[in-house]
Amino acid sequence: MLEVKNLGLTLKGDEGEIQVLKDMNFKLEDKKIYVMTGPNGGGKSALSKAIMGIYQSTSGQILLNGEDITNKTIYERARMGIGYAFQQPARFKGIKVRELLEIASDKNKVPEMCDLLYDVGLCAQDYLEREINTSFSGGEVKRIEIATILARDLKLAIFDEPEAGIDLWSMQRLTETFVKMNEKYNTTILIISHQERILNLADEVIMVADGTVSEITTREKVLGEIRQIDSDCRCRQSCNKGGKAIADCDR
Amino acid sequence: MLTAIDKKLLFEIADLNEIPQGAFNLRKNGEGSGRHTTSNIDIITKKDKPGIDVIIKAGTKGESVYIPVIVSEGIEDIVYNTFEIGENSDVLIVAGCGIHNSSDKKAQHDGIHEFFVRKGAKMKYIEKHYGEGEGSGERVLNPKTIIEVEENGVVELEMAQIRGIDNTIRDTEVNLHKNAQLIVVERLLTYLDQTAESNTTVNLLGEDASAQIISRTVAQNESKQVFHFRLLGHAKCRGHIQCDSIIMDKAQVSSIPEISAFNSDAQLIHEAAIGKIESEQLTKLMSLGMTETEAEETILKGFLK
Repeated sequence: MLEVKNLGLTLKGDEGEIQVLKDMNFKLEDKKIYVMTGPNGGGKSALSKAIMGIYQSTSGQILLNGEDITNKTIYERARMGIGYAFQQPARFKGIKVRELLEIASDKNKVPEMCDLLYDVGLCAQDYLEREINTSFSGGEVKRIEIATILARDLKLAIFDEPEAGIDLWSMQRLTETFVKMNEKYNTTILIISHQERILNLADEVIMVADGTVSEITTREKVLGEIRQIDSDCRCRQSCNKGGKAIADCDR
Repeated sequence: MLTAIDKKLLFEIADLNEIPQGAFNLRKNGEGSGRHTTSNIDIITKKDKPGIDVIIKAGTKGESVYIPVIVSEGIEDIVYNTFEIGENSDVLIVAGCGIHNSSDKKAQHDGIHEFFVRKGAKMKYIEKHYGEGEGSGERVLNPKTIIEVEENGVVELEMAQIRGIDNTIRDTEVNLHKNAQLIVVERLLTYLDQTAESNTTVNLLGEDASAQIISRTVAQNESKQVFHFRLLGHAKCRGHIQCDSIIMDKAQVSSIPEISAFNSDAQLIHEAAIGKIESEQLTKLMSLGMTETEAEETILKGFLK
């Protein structure tokens, strides 16, 4: 359903131009859950923003169901059925949760909104009429952000580190919600994450490093590698009993 | 007789589709154009200068007074209104001025409102200003509001300049006595080459008096806004000023808050911010399917709501 061909992206930074994506190639199939993972700074968020149109790619093509969307704007891609949950969501002085959910979808009846907020672990009656301002914690804003994506009828839903700021008690419900979105609405889901709980949802795992897709593989393989690294670290910590080994593991 | 223009102005400034129930006084083009009083609320024409005295009996609860002003030609009007809000009453006062100027002459309304909110009384005061008209004449509104709030009195002010006012100077002065409370919410939009100046002074005179001032403004095109907010703590009291302005295009905004304490138990805070619409807000709304223009309008509408 989504095809990325030879995608490149150069961004302007304080120290000049930086090539953040290089000759990226991969395909997403209908109705699958993909988890994109890899080292920090490898290009995961940049790639997902390029798919949404937040960053305009400098080379290559993005096709949605065969249609070239490379030069389409953010809102055109949104109207074509791509959704994006931001890692650090915006706050809005003067816009209430109910109003943002109404903007997000035609699910503007209170019971539907209550269901959406329940799915992200919030009690609707405490939130619908509140402004999305600085009175909310980071975790609350994050859940509302995810609810705006659940509200929409999407072909492709992108979640950029949805677990950040969400407590462990709510994560189980959130992962169930991703599965429900995928199964009930046939939405293809692309989640950027490093969490084992999220990796467990993946039909396929996209490994991104150094601005390119290094591998598309199974969750079993990735989780196996993580467990092996974890095991090695514990072993080295217990053997060395020193700060250096722990520092190595942290890297 | 209200014309279609009059009705539109009344709707814009007071949400009125028809003459309201209860007490009201309608002023049109510098003259009284309709009045109604109730057993608890009297309205008397001043004898020494243009304007009215609104007298609300002690203990009046749940009643409202509408005193809209309509200016539909190029005149300069000044009015002095005095409000006596009786002890332990609880009332809503809806003022506001709408100008429709289709001439090349200046249309100006200066409204000087003085309130005496007696012990234990509660008053909500809503004032909206709106201008329209195809004429080249300026539309000018200069409101001056002076409020004395006695012990345990509560005053809530909602003051909004919606659109279409070329120049305004707004002066507000409030004196808060023992345990009196004040909440001010100000909303203001300027565009083209409009100018707006707002000067608010709150004297926290009595013990445990409290004041909260929230100001949200948007300056577009080449318009200019200047705000002076002063909170003066003369007793054990609490005060908070929060001013946010969105600046766009070639507009200019100056926000000058002052907090001064004359008592070591005064707690006064000011926060002021001026900035563009945050790009994260625009991007979020665009990612929900809005064009950039739609997203911008939605953000501004919410901000000024």
